[in-house]
Amino acid sequence: MSPTTLYGLFGAALVGLGLYGLLTEPRLLRKIIAFNLVGSGVFLLFGVVARRGADAGLAGDPVPQALVITGIVVAFSATALAVALLLRLHEAGGGTTLDDDNGAGPDRPPS
Amino acid sequence: MPLPEALAAGPSAGGGWLVAAIAWPVVALLLVIAGGERLAARTGALALPVGIAIAIAVALDVANAGAGGLTYHVGGWAPPLGIALRADWLAAAMLLVTAVVATGAGVHALADFGPPRAGSPGRASLAFWASLLGAWAALNLAFLGNDLFNLYVALELLTFAAVPLVCLDGSAATLQAALRYLLYALVGSVLYLLGAVLLYGAYGTLDMGLLATAVRPEPAAWAAAALMTAGLLAKTALFPLHLWLPPAHAGAPPAASAVLSALVVKGSFFIVLRLWFEALPGLANAAAMQLLGLLGAGAILYGSALALRQSRLKLLVAYSTVAQIGYLFLVFPLAFDASTGRLAAGTALAGGLLQAVSHALAKAAMFMSAGLIAVTLGHDRIAGLGGLARARPATLLTFALAGVSLVGLPPSGGFAAKWLLLSAAVATGQWWWAVVIVLGGLLTGAYLVLVLMHALSEPDASAAAPRPVASWRDAAPLVLALLAVFMGLAGLAPFEVGQEAVAAQAHGAMP
Repeated sequence: MSPTTLYGLFGAALVGLGLYGLLTEPRLLRKIIAFNLVGSGVFLLFGVVARRGADAGLAGDPVPQALVITGIVVAFSATALAVALLLRLHEAGGGTTLDDDNGAGPDRPPS
Repeated sequence: MPLPEALAAGPSAGGGWLVAAIAWPVVALLLVIAGGERLAARTGALALPVGIAIAIAVALDVANAGAGGLTYHVGGWAPPLGIALRADWLAAAMLLVTAVVATGAGVHALADFGPPRAGSPGRASLAFWASLLGAWAALNLAFLGNDLFNLYVALELLTFAAVPLVCLDGSAATLQAALRYLLYALVGSVLYLLGAVLLYGAYGTLDMGLLATAVRPEPAAWAAAALMTAGLLAKTALFPLHLWLPPAHAGAPPAASAVLSALVVKGSFFIVLRLWFEALPGLANAAAMQLLGLLGAGAILYGSALALRQSRLKLLVAYSTVAQIGYLFLVFPLAFDASTGRLAAGTALAGGLLQAVSHALAKAAMFMSAGLIAVTLGHDRIAGLGGLARARPATLLTFALAGVSLVGLPPSGGFAAKWLLLSAAVATGQWWWAVVIVLGGLLTGAYLVLVLMHALSEPDASAAAPRPVASWRDAAPLVLALLAVFMGLAGLAPFEVGQEAVAAQAHGAMP
């Protein structure tokens, strides 16, 4: 198995783990971390794509690397915004999980 | 494209206004932040009319440019090395309606988020104006971008500007709604990005024009299209991914709700359109397009039924948005041409665009008038609306006029949109979508008549006296509602011209 394929599989695994966490995890901080896992998986795939472009005789395709820098900045900003909102929610007494609309959530915070 | 050829292609003439449409809101945003809390409202309010002028300039340039629309190569670098901005009649119409609705929301917001008076904190004002201008810049980028990664950045900027609009009051309930919205939006954009990586890996470009000629129906392209579409649907709040929308849109201040419901969800919808009509035309197939239509039909019926069951006015209006988004997705099955296996730009696309534009105008007007009703009565319980017709006739008139367009009564823009969709359904022999469109119209009529009946009834003896609200605040929503109502008359002519232009483009420019 070539290293590129291995990286690709690891990227896919990270995306899968992150999506699972996003869907099943009720706690918001863990959801935010799960989102970062998905993001890391996607960024790893950018690296794989850059490496595959190198098959054309170049040392590496620079475009995905430029894209990934932007992607990392965006994901970092998103995480900062989410954590800031979560802190405000905690201060406002809204707990650290998402309320279900019908109040039937598995662990509804005391309100 | 070989390297020397790419370098030789210079920027096309006349694209300067496209840059202005994106740069101006960003400049205004920076000025708002630099000016601080005291000057935020004045700077923002002055920047908005300039945006309308820029949008008109783009529309005139597009009309002059003819069928191909306008293209601008940023920095003089042609794709695939550089990125392109492109405006056609679809983008020009969206730019224009965005500028108009944003200006209406801005004028309306001068009461809530105006220059700070003695003792009132100006932070919410600064946050509102910065977010409004940020959302506007991101929307313009989403309408003009021709590069899938550029569009990803536009989507993320749009989310970052829209989330603060949801939780301007900082209460636990709106913070919950904002976080739920943010998580949906982030998952949506990361799925979109994953799809974009797959496309780049398979075809080596992210430019929509170059992708259109390169993409072949094969697993990598299918996976990419599915991931990107799913991500965009989560951001557009298409049923069944709509759960975040009602609490987020109903909890925000009226001017912010207007921007969120009228414009922000259209940004991601527009990218779905671009993706299927232009970037991946070879991938469309009957089953996928019917599935998109089915989700749209689910949104229309489910959203309308839930709107009918709401006891609070703002939630009713928010569920109405869930339903109206459904109409937008009927474009896909109706525009699919089975003989060529491609989406054809014709009646269905014109109807979809008209629906996006008229819903933007009507829903902005409706959210603002619902906000004024809530301020007048001190609550927004539908059962307690009695006496409103006497207390605030102009506000109720605005609400009703916006409703005329949502239901689709002539001569409104909503009527023209639904008429075009209906005729596309008949012309392509897909009668089941016509049934959905008619049923949706009936349900919309039912929940709006319910509101009007309560508002026209006598007030309860126990009801508190209505509070006075400055009458100028009715102006912005009334103008938007009138635009929505009369767009059916004024709007159809340019749309037909646009349709012909697109048809000519589709026949002439296809390789």
